Amino acid sequence: MTAPRSDTAGPSHKAVETGVALLIAAFGIIVIIGSLKAGINWGAEGPRAGFFPFYIGMSIVAASAINLWSALHDHDDRLFAEWGQLRQVMSVVVPTAIYVGSMPFVGLYVASIIFIGWFMRWLGGYRWLPTVAVALGMPIATYLVFERWFLVPLPKGPVEEWLGL
Amino acid sequence: MKLSILHVALAAVAALCASGTETSAAWEPVRPVEFIVPAGTGGGADQMARTIQGIVTKHNLMKQPMVVINKAGGAGGEGFLDVKGSSNNPHKIIITLSNLFTTPLATGIPFSWKDMTPVAMLALDEFVLWVNAEKSYNKVSDYVDAVKKAPAGTFKMGGTGSKQEDQIITVALEKAIDTKFTYIPYKGGGEVAVQLVGNHVDSTVNNPIEAVAQWRGGKLRPLCVFDAQPMGYDEPIADGKSWKDIPSCKSQGLDIEYLMLRGIFMPPKATKDQVEYYVELFKKVRATPEWQDFMKSGAFNTTFLTGADYSKWLETEQKRHEVLMKEAGFLAPGN
Amino acid sequence: MEELANLFHGFAVALQPYNVMLMVVGIMLGVIIGVLPGLGGANGVAILLPLTFSMPPTSAIIMLSCIYWGALFGGAITSILFNIPGEPWSVATTFDGYPMAQQGKPGEALTAAFTSSFVGALFAVAMITLVAPLVASFALRFGPAEKFAVYFLAFCSFVGLSKEPPFKTIAAMMIGFALAAVGLDSITGQLRLTFGITELLNGFDFLIAVIGLFGIGEILLTMEDGLSFRGGNAKINLRVVLQTWKELPTYWMTSLRSCLIGCWMGVTPAGATPASFMSYGIAKRLARNGKNFGKGEIEGVIAPETAAHAAGTSALLPMLSLGVPGSPTAAVLLGGLLIWGLQPGPMLFVEQKEFVWGLIASMYLGNLAGLLVVLTCVPIFAAILRVPFSIIAPLILVLCAIGAYSVHNSTFDVMLMLVFGVLGYLLKKCNYPLAPLVLAIVLGDKAEEAFRQSLLGSQGSLGVFFSNGLVSTIMVLGLVALFWSAIQEGYSRLRTAVA
Repeated sequence: MTAPRSDTAGPSHKAVETGVALLIAAFGIIVIIGSLKAGINWGAEGPRAGFFPFYIGMSIVAASAINLWSALHDHDDRLFAEWGQLRQVMSVVVPTAIYVGSMPFVGLYVASIIFIGWFMRWLGGYRWLPTVAVALGMPIATYLVFERWFLVPLPKGPVEEWLGL
Repeated sequence: MKLSILHVALAAVAALCASGTETSAAWEPVRPVEFIVPAGTGGGADQMARTIQGIVTKHNLMKQPMVVINKAGGAGGEGFLDVKGSSNNPHKIIITLSNLFTTPLATGIPFSWKDMTPVAMLALDEFVLWVNAEKSYNKVSDYVDAVKKAPAGTFKMGGTGSKQEDQIITVALEKAIDTKFTYIPYKGGGEVAVQLVGNHVDSTVNNPIEAVAQWRGGKLRPLCVFDAQPMGYDEPIADGKSWKDIPSCKSQGLDIEYLMLRGIFMPPKATKDQVEYYVELFKKVRATPEWQDFMKSGAFNTTFLTGADYSKWLETEQKRHEVLMKEAGFLAPGN
Repeated sequence: MEELANLFHGFAVALQPYNVMLMVVGIMLGVIIGVLPGLGGANGVAILLPLTFSMPPTSAIIMLSCIYWGALFGGAITSILFNIPGEPWSVATTFDGYPMAQQGKPGEALTAAFTSSFVGALFAVAMITLVAPLVASFALRFGPAEKFAVYFLAFCSFVGLSKEPPFKTIAAMMIGFALAAVGLDSITGQLRLTFGITELLNGFDFLIAVIGLFGIGEILLTMEDGLSFRGGNAKINLRVVLQTWKELPTYWMTSLRSCLIGCWMGVTPAGATPASFMSYGIAKRLARNGKNFGKGEIEGVIAPETAAHAAGTSALLPMLSLGVPGSPTAAVLLGGLLIWGLQPGPMLFVEQKEFVWGLIASMYLGNLAGLLVVLTCVPIFAAILRVPFSIIAPLILVLCAIGAYSVHNSTFDVMLMLVFGVLGYLLKKCNYPLAPLVLAIVLGDKAEEAFRQSLLGSQGSLGVFFSNGLVSTIMVLGLVALFWSAIQEGYSRLRTAVA
């Protein structure tokens, strides 16, 4: 996917593989703990609530152990991605995380206006006019389609409260 | 396009300002009312909620739109917790079924009906004992004999959900007949009725509306209704028989009564005016011919209760469910 | 041929100007609903249901079922253009549809998807017209054991072959099963894996996982190469439709097979989503260029779309004749029938002839109208890919957020979507296959439920899965599908040994 070039650096594929395998194993352990709480034996009415999840959790841990082993024994020193590429990816992930995280407090509409505006202005380098047009137009269209037409309420914050929407 | 959006926005703002300045003594919704359904789309509670929504829209009973929202997670716990957490929000109402009582007991999700403001009981849903029409039992006594003859645990009872109303009735039946059923839970009432038609289970306790089509098609046969007296609808349904012709289980020697609440609640701390508004609204809904048709099609018990009577009824049912669930061993661990 | 006379009468009903107008309005609304992720057919129909109370029942069901067709058509659009399935059953469409769009062939992919949908639906309606009573009694034979066998088969036919490392496939699939298990266990009525977190009561919704893993994950992958992404040189004229049509008849075998799979899954009722996965899996196995599936094979678009639409359409049959909905949308329509005072069930075909045949006729006409509407829009849809990425990306992200929110009206789900997005990016780069994960989320809890229902009925004996001809046949088919590659290899070895 990414052709490693000698003049660039980044995390190695091996490191990320290892990390992902460990992450999945941790998830498997959580599943096992949860299943144990729900009861994993075979009750009077067939398997209990945790029976299947328990074995699923075990398989996750087992499969990740094998994946971890093969990741560690992988002598391929490809890069996972260059730092520059990862920076690009993070330039979307971080603002989206802020967008999503702020939604319960400021509501969807305000968050969307800022998010779209930020994206177009700083990542896309658009002039203010098209930026503002799209950033305002999209949420207004959303409001009309969802809240007015389909009667689906979307999260609102203090601004909408103040506007009485 | 831009212009028309602006236009709509302005009109909306203007309309809101107008409604804001209106000073009337009684409370009225000033924004869309969310109607929570603590069950999935297509089920009995959902159907009722959407019927009400349709009636309100068609007869223009409310100035603001009514929006139905399903919050079915955790046997309805999700919906109840949402209402519990919406103190002082008069623009939210919820329709309940028996999971109002059973869900907190069976799952340990922390809420009770006292965490909400009761508005009105709209109706009670009946339960009927159904068997496949191919089977030879025509009367409850034939059925009881057959159940007793079968080795314990081989007689299969189908029902909706686990540790909910259908299974409570099944446990009560086990006690009355002194036998053991194998209870098989399914997702929806319609599916249960069809499993009975396909002979994958031996009997069910479907609500009338869930099984009536199969009865009319000659596939299922009702044996008795779990109510104090027979249902009141005397229009013939199948073979010249009407709902009224189904005897009460009590009269047939099975002393079991169970009705399911279809009631309305509001979030905590609702004012008297607000509750009053919704009571009046539902009185208007009940007066429409559409509502009466709906009641008839599902053979509902149309008892309507509000205020103290309603709270008293809830109190009694809560106690009863605690006992029933405890006896059946359905309480969540740690409860 | 009383049916045919009834059908012609039905056409007369459906062709009344008022009904034709409702049909077109319904299709348009449906396409919009299908395109917006999260606002699925079931939600859309439920939302619009109360608006139809003032119409005559026949007109109302015509409009609502057209919304349903529209949503079926619309689901494919975002799958192909942005790798975001608007509906669960269009997940399998992304596997080859999105690569095709990337290669500058969005018009071809869209045309193939729409046309196959139409073919699938037409086949299913013809089946409903001709053999409705027979099919209904077949559906009655499906108890829990048979249902489990069907899910088993759907799973095996999709999973057997995979080019990713086997233990990564297993890990991905098991993650899907684990996520599907979260929430209320429907057999014991007990909560599990929720750890007291209120937001987890609902479990992990399939749509949220899919929007994140596929949609957001893809945007992140694209971002690695910066904002240079362009939709290629998408041809935007209607000629592409005719060119694609010339090519389609070559794949008649895949179409026919997918139609049959779809009808079967719709009637049983397992639903459109398993049908689309199963059909894709089997096509991959049997097609001459099956190895290229996933890289933009047109056959990989035809198979799932045909099956999904055939299943979606035939799902209405058990709803009408038995009162069991074959899909969530059918469940909502069922509620509508009851509200209009019509009782679905064996008597509906006898007592409400005008309604039933009006509906069936509207299925023919509604699908035709739908096909014309969406095909004329192919150039417009394809042109969306020419919008610069830095404008379209934030809009897609906002739409995904709205979609994730409207599934359960929960902002927690929106955060979950982003988590799935990052996870999708990592898993994809580490060569974990995402499709088995998604399929496991869809089928996991249903399969477990059917499995445990069967065991309850059989007093814990596993023999129930081989207790009659029907269930044994399906189970054996499943095993064959699972070990297909081994069987094939053994066969070819045998042949070389003999020769």
